[in-house]
Amino acid sequence: MGGTLNLNHLLFLGHGALWTIGLSVIALIGGGAAGFLIALCRVSPSRLLRILAATYVQLIQGTPLLVIMFLSFFGLAAIGLNISPLLAAGASMTIFVAAYLGEIWRGCIEAVPKPQWEAAEGLALSRSQRMVKVILPQAIRIATPPTVGFMVQIIKNTSLASVVGFVELTRSGQIINNSLFEPFLIYSIIALVYFSLCYPLSRLSRRLERTALQKKPALA
Amino acid sequence: MNAHTPPPVSAGTAPVVALRNVHKSFGPLKVLDGVSFEVARGEVTVLIGRSGSGKSTALRCIDRFETIDSGEIEVCGLRVDNPQLDLRALRLDVGIVFQSYNLFPHLTIEENITLAPHSVKKVPKREAKTLAARVLEQVGLGDKLHAYPEQLSGGQQQRAAIARSLAMQPKVMLFDEVTSALDPELTGEVLKVIEALAADGMTMVMVTHEMGFARGIADQVVFMHRGKVHEAGPADILSSPATPELAQFVGTGL
Repeated sequence: MGGTLNLNHLLFLGHGALWTIGLSVIALIGGGAAGFLIALCRVSPSRLLRILAATYVQLIQGTPLLVIMFLSFFGLAAIGLNISPLLAAGASMTIFVAAYLGEIWRGCIEAVPKPQWEAAEGLALSRSQRMVKVILPQAIRIATPPTVGFMVQIIKNTSLASVVGFVELTRSGQIINNSLFEPFLIYSIIALVYFSLCYPLSRLSRRLERTALQKKPALA
Repeated sequence: MNAHTPPPVSAGTAPVVALRNVHKSFGPLKVLDGVSFEVARGEVTVLIGRSGSGKSTALRCIDRFETIDSGEIEVCGLRVDNPQLDLRALRLDVGIVFQSYNLFPHLTIEENITLAPHSVKKVPKREAKTLAARVLEQVGLGDKLHAYPEQLSGGQQQRAAIARSLAMQPKVMLFDEVTSALDPELTGEVLKVIEALAADGMTMVMVTHEMGFARGIADQVVFMHRGKVHEAGPADILSSPATPELAQFVGTGL
């Protein structure tokens, strides 16, 4: 059985790779939006919001992504909610990414020096004006390198979506291997594709971190 | 030992700033222990004292950056000790300049200055820019509109911070050790700007370690010691202190 690796197999892997990217983008957008809200809640003056957001973060960070995937796919099916692998994977990734990005971004917001808050307060800016015009622009600069770095984690973690039958890169590799029985070759190819997706992001993150430390070019 | 003398208050006008028997503790540490003083319109009050004497805390209480445990603080007719106080109303009347300048690093000097007038007071963009140019001229930085804070020297940044505060046209300005982070040569240019403001009749309260400057500019000197106003009066008290503590403080120049 099997045969040898041919162009069709590679196309199938390419298709899987596109879904890996697609799921990563969904996770980044969904998790980013939810994570931003989490970060804002974590620094909110409301104690209730702070506690709710912190609880969410603790809960998700203390749960393996694999279990979140199982819960949203098989768990919901067991109580009669049938959702597609894409929806289950997308929702799980969003839930997972939101907890981590929320925590990373909370740190970035709090890393803006306290005197900046005071200066903005002293100028009679409202809390939302302080946030939008003074704190967030500075926090975004601080947040860019770790966020790009975290995208590497997102890409790698999408491989867990293979367990709910979502055909991304890892799952497409498994499927091909089931017919070819060339695990070393196939998983090497897959590893290489993951690496070529992640490595540029790691490099970019490191470069952003370096440039963030440098001074802005003269403009005056 | 408390030789507090009430400051001269011009007839018929309420003080712009008044502290009455203000108490404040940080945990077990009593920082303000019954502090009272008043600042009349157009007057310069200088708070002096050793580190930890409570002078910076007293200043920060005026703008409600610290809340007090008991006593009264009145600023421009607003009761600062009222928990329901509209903080933004207070800060429209009070300008504050900090030791570390605290300009917004992601904004140009012009944007730093126009931000609050435009978004808080709803001054149209163009007018706000005209205003920015004017206050920058006033502090001698007319050519730095489009510079970013990090491109300026410490002295220039501090002058820009003063300009930013001025653009809100406050009724009273607070200066919290504004030259303490500066080299002696840069200190002078900042003090000159403050002197010009005083000459223009701005009401000011400042914490400073520059004794020579305090002597020259103060209408009232408040010497704080262990959380109390130990001695207060016109600038002359620096030359002829009534209490040994002030004499020692002035003598050591610390």
